[in-house]
Amino acid sequence: MIEARRLTKRYGEKLAVDDLTFEVKPGIVTGFLGPNGAGKSTTMRMLIGLDAPTAGTARINGRPYSEHGAPLREVGVLLEARAIHTGRSARNHLLALAATTGIPRRRVEEVIDLVGLTDVAKKRAGGFSLGMGQRLGIASALLGDPATLILDEPVNGLDPEGILWMRNLLKALAAEGRTVFVSSHLMSEMALTASHLIVIGRGRLLADVTVDELTRMASRDQVKVRTPEAARLRGLLAGEGVVIAGRDSDVLDVSGVDSTRIGRIAADAGIALVELTPQHASLEEAFMEVTRDSVEFIAPTDSYELQAVPAGRSAS
Amino acid sequence: MSVTAIADRVAFGTGGVTQPRLIKSEWVKLRSLRSTVYSLITAVVFIVGFGMLLSALRANDIKHFGIGGPERFDAAAVSLRGLFIAPLAIGVLGVLIVTGEYGTGMIRASLAAAPRRLPVLWAKLTVFAAVVFVIGLVSSFLAFTLGQMFLSSAHVGVGLGSPGAARAVFGGAIYLTLVGMLAVGLGFVLRNTGGALAALFGLLLVLPVLAQALPTSWYNHVFKFLPTPAGTQIITTVSDPSSLSPWDGIAVFAVYAVAAVAIGALVLRRRDA
Repeated sequence: MIEARRLTKRYGEKLAVDDLTFEVKPGIVTGFLGPNGAGKSTTMRMLIGLDAPTAGTARINGRPYSEHGAPLREVGVLLEARAIHTGRSARNHLLALAATTGIPRRRVEEVIDLVGLTDVAKKRAGGFSLGMGQRLGIASALLGDPATLILDEPVNGLDPEGILWMRNLLKALAAEGRTVFVSSHLMSEMALTASHLIVIGRGRLLADVTVDELTRMASRDQVKVRTPEAARLRGLLAGEGVVIAGRDSDVLDVSGVDSTRIGRIAADAGIALVELTPQHASLEEAFMEVTRDSVEFIAPTDSYELQAVPAGRSAS
Repeated sequence: MSVTAIADRVAFGTGGVTQPRLIKSEWVKLRSLRSTVYSLITAVVFIVGFGMLLSALRANDIKHFGIGGPERFDAAAVSLRGLFIAPLAIGVLGVLIVTGEYGTGMIRASLAAAPRRLPVLWAKLTVFAAVVFVIGLVSSFLAFTLGQMFLSSAHVGVGLGSPGAARAVFGGAIYLTLVGMLAVGLGFVLRNTGGALAALFGLLLVLPVLAQALPTSWYNHVFKFLPTPAGTQIITTVSDPSSLSPWDGIAVFAVYAVAAVAIGALVLRRRDA
């Protein structure tokens, strides 16, 4: 269980985290989403006491992180920037961390096996690929077999096989009853892993919802209708609060009336419908909708940072 | 995939983070880096090798030209001369064991494991000081013994029993240990390898040179209190009236080291990691 109360971090003029209050519950994967620069990493660093909040408090399993006698046993942490000395072997890195809390050597070997680094455990971490580094980070996080995991962008740099592995690992950890808090700027990834989402933008809480709720929140409430008699149907549907846009000669995008009612009206008039589809926003679109006004950098559409560009705002 | 089930969390008992455990952790960290081995070997080579070389050269010189000069010949100091350059190696290592963690991000893992930060600093300092002291003492003793063998061939060698000799050998190890502590302290203050090295060698090497710009009356009062002139008095056995006494000198040097560590501790506590 993670609790943030009115968490605020100010760097000079800039509010990196602005009055953030949320709870992360055990047993599920909770995604921490926001565009780049939204304050996710700063928030996570405040949760574990690396950064002191300007105001507010953070508690993990009932107390501030620093008041736990054996923090590694309570909370496993993977930080965005690799927190690993490049000159040290994977095994020695883990042994040094394990020593602080008296975690036995066999547990070190266990986590090395678990993340699949057995063959390279003797190699210097500096020579590791990004994916191997992330695996070593996960091994460090799991070292104390903690009830709570705080992972900052764990899928960054992983290949597809690694992403799948991470996804299953996170779900398995949550299924065991652990609290799993995972940040990402990729909605699509979170859609597959998380069941609850905390969305922030410019340091502010934008949404604290289930994945389904987020989709619904941003739903455009539009119905796509395809019929050879589009013009006739348009006339029948017209009314208060109803907006109809025609795409092609036989397609209507209708909002203000639900699909059930459209179907009924068409049937009554003897109009054949070829297609009748309620349009839900994709999670990706929902995320962009929610974060629309809080994106730090707007890039032109041909930039590779497309995830951070809200729909319709990109330069043409 | 198998993950240890949460029900099995009692599979290994641990208890909390303690100072001895942090010391063990820092010991694992120190011995698992190549830079440690290289720096310590360099320090030993500087102390023993340079001490022997200088002693041999001086012995040869004395055999041909006599001892010369009005001052008393300081045989112990000649053989321990390497302790003047060993701070380069020890200083670099002392800075690196701290700034290496900040540079790579390792410090965040260290402080996440031990969020009550200061014990981490004490552990680092304890382990490094102990290692430097032991290596300093052994190499200082070796440098003295081997150096005096050369000097004895010119009949100017002294034994450990000679006045001040044992103190110089032992004091050499203390001086080196304090250099290490100064370096660790500066590492925590500045967090950056380049900056901390510049500060360290600025204090040790540049300051005495800069002091020469002072008017003579000031220079005489100031120079002997600067880190290197003060700290290295412990390695001499012939007293120089313009310098501090060996123990006063090392005490002054200790003040610099303690100040750096104290500021480092303050910064570690106060600033975000």
